[in-house]
Amino acid sequence: MIKKYSNEHEWAILDGEVASIGLSAYAVEQLGDITFVELPEIGAEADKDDSIAFIESVKAASDIYTPVGGEVVEANEELENKPELLNEAAETTWIFKLKVSDASEFDTLMDEAGYKAYIETL
Amino acid sequence: MSELKRTALFEQHEKLGAKNIGFCGWEMPVQYEGILKEHEACRNGAAIFDTSHMGEFFFEGNLLFSGINDTTTVDVLQLPIGKCKYGFLLNKDGGVIDDLIIYKAGEERLMFVVNASRIDIDFKTINDQLHNGVFTNASDETSKLDIQGPNAKKIVQEFVPFDLDDLGFFSFAESEIMGGFALVSRTGYTGELGYELYVDNKIAPKLWEKLVERGAVPAGLGARDVLRLEMGYSLYGQELDENTTPIEAGVGFFVKYDKHFTGKEALLKQKEEGAPRKSIAFKTNSKRAPRHGMEIHQNGQKIGVVTSGTFSPSVQSGIGIASLDTKLFDKEATLELSTGRKNIEITIEKLPFYSKK
Repeated sequence: MIKKYSNEHEWAILDGEVASIGLSAYAVEQLGDITFVELPEIGAEADKDDSIAFIESVKAASDIYTPVGGEVVEANEELENKPELLNEAAETTWIFKLKVSDASEFDTLMDEAGYKAYIETL
Repeated sequence: MSELKRTALFEQHEKLGAKNIGFCGWEMPVQYEGILKEHEACRNGAAIFDTSHMGEFFFEGNLLFSGINDTTTVDVLQLPIGKCKYGFLLNKDGGVIDDLIIYKAGEERLMFVVNASRIDIDFKTINDQLHNGVFTNASDETSKLDIQGPNAKKIVQEFVPFDLDDLGFFSFAESEIMGGFALVSRTGYTGELGYELYVDNKIAPKLWEKLVERGAVPAGLGARDVLRLEMGYSLYGQELDENTTPIEAGVGFFVKYDKHFTGKEALLKQKEEGAPRKSIAFKTNSKRAPRHGMEIHQNGQKIGVVTSGTFSPSVQSGIGIASLDTKLFDKEATLELSTGRKNIEITIEKLPFYSKK
């Protein structure tokens, strides 16, 4: 399965019609120690780039924008008690899963090499 | 944009891989390894902070006839030699130009420690009120290293020629460290046992490295902000500013009225008539952190604003300080924090949020 990245530092992995969404290690590194994750509600509908979750570290707060649109089918509730999982393994810890409404949105995202080149410019 | 200033310890911070931010015109470390780790070091071990951006002034002259005693809320005539005291430099309306600590080093000698962003205005405000005496700004030559935490005494003791047990809270000694002049003060901004070392810039880098070698964990402004907020200490620019009196900021108890100081009449008037704003400390009772600028709501309307907020690792909850409109505040009604996404219920807490068991 291919992993892709958005400008806003979310990653997405598409498996059939369900996409897992997480935050890049780069983004988590910038935020520092994560203390709180507000998850989206199951069943919520979101368009690409909508802010549907929220994350806080000791020093900052940030919206999480879904890189593809769809319906939220799962939220990683473990993060409510253990937000620090994101510090430990950002690239493998998904935050929520969406049933994707338009798979072509996934194609507009950057691949890993593209994302690496992108964060070099920041 | 003007260039950010750097302390004498900038290279040490770089070597440690600090993340820097612009803070009041200075390029300062916000964190090294992580705010939680640094916070933990201060509460249970020892942390070291570079606070050299802060300002130091010296006054030499007659404390009564120079006018120096009228410049701030601190009564330097009553202050014993070897002790220091927290207080305020106010404008005529009672607004806080700065909060500061004044050290009484001799019958005719004082040191003022002030906030970095206020050095110029503080110096001018005080200097303009003096009739005589010599008032100097030593900020550019002075480094300040804060070692805070239960292990601070053991670490600092090795570097000073006197017994640190002789130094009580808010006491200090003029001494020597590594062959240079040092003022060693038992003060801090964390609520922990700790020391603030004022030394010449030339000594600071070597001293920093040695203290780190002995086990003081480098900590940045991020951890410092969490630590001070857990104690409920005010931060200039957030709880305190020129449009806020100490009474409104909830720190009126530091002011004694048995001597003259600029702004006294305004404070007395507020004491009598009541202040238009009041400060509260609150918890979110969840990991959700309040942030500076968020609104406080009650009965469906805005009644105030958060001046400081963070997640507190020590109490495992979001904590904050807010400034409320005294008239709109209803003691009985539920208080809510408007996070922008939704309103969450908050509860008023007594300070400090955290105290040692």
